Amino acid sequence: MRSSVIVFPASNCDRDASVALEQITGSKPSMIWHAESSVPETDLIVLPGGFSFGDYLRSGAMAAQSPIMKDVIAKAKAGVPVLGICNGFQVLVESELLPGALMRNRDIKFLCKDVQLKVERGDTIFTSKYNQGEIITIPIAHHDGNYFASDETLKELEGEGRVAFRYVDRDGAATSEANPNGSLNNIAGIYNKDMKVLGLMPHPERLISQELGGTDGLGLFESLVEALA
Amino acid sequence: MVSVLKSEAIYSYSFYQRLKKDTKMKARITVTLKTGVLDPQGKAIEHALEGLGFAGVDEVRQGKLIELDLNDTDKDAAMTRVTEMCEKLLANTVIENYSIELE
Repeated sequence: MRSSVIVFPASNCDRDASVALEQITGSKPSMIWHAESSVPETDLIVLPGGFSFGDYLRSGAMAAQSPIMKDVIAKAKAGVPVLGICNGFQVLVESELLPGALMRNRDIKFLCKDVQLKVERGDTIFTSKYNQGEIITIPIAHHDGNYFASDETLKELEGEGRVAFRYVDRDGAATSEANPNGSLNNIAGIYNKDMKVLGLMPHPERLISQELGGTDGLGLFESLVEALA
Repeated sequence: MVSVLKSEAIYSYSFYQRLKKDTKMKARITVTLKTGVLDPQGKAIEHALEGLGFAGVDEVRQGKLIELDLNDTDKDAAMTRVTEMCEKLLANTVIENYSIELE
């Protein structure tokens, strides 16, 4: 399975993503600098976490205008799977590959902690190794993860089963106490219409071995290997 | 001698500024969160004002001010161009409104 990681100025989880991909897919991903004009033939594009362009103007806004994003958008529209993690999710909404916006966290603080997520469906290329409704623990590390969308968009996302992950408590309830950042409907991640673009705020690439504190993130990458290798 | 040089410098600078003013336009763009979109930073400012003893502030909304120096000479053309800039980059119309002032 060939994968590509896009590197923007001030991306800082590109190496984590690369290590996870190499460990799980068995081959090193291509690291693509944002100023390039095209992504080589690939089975998966990853937009990593970080603070691209210092979060100037809005998180992800500058990166969404990078030369490489024209090709990322074209490839996503042609069906190449795209995974956006944290800042990568912000870039995906800013480039309109995913709907909505990611705003400043409800309590204005930068959050860095483990959260419980409910896997909303286990039948996508990103989640086949999880069970529907499974509760996993994944770390978050963000300042702007407060998912917002219009009522209409929210209805569409819910109606079409496009919510990928939700912040929940240990019993799986999407309470406001379990919601770290104020996201509407406790949304932690969403899919595009054809379920091949996933954006999520939590960092599955940081939890892929016991040495790192757990393996709950493995399933996402193993699902991709099963679907794409 | 020195003061003469100084005033000359000032004269030429202001003359240059006047020349610039004839050909250039300034756009002032105000970006604000849409009504109904929660503004956590505005809320924090509101609480801080309350803490300082300023009563009677019902709501605080925080926004951004962006100033552009343009080469345009035609106001309508400038407005069209700046509107496009706002739609494409300067504002995120999912959550923000923008207004443009040209001078």
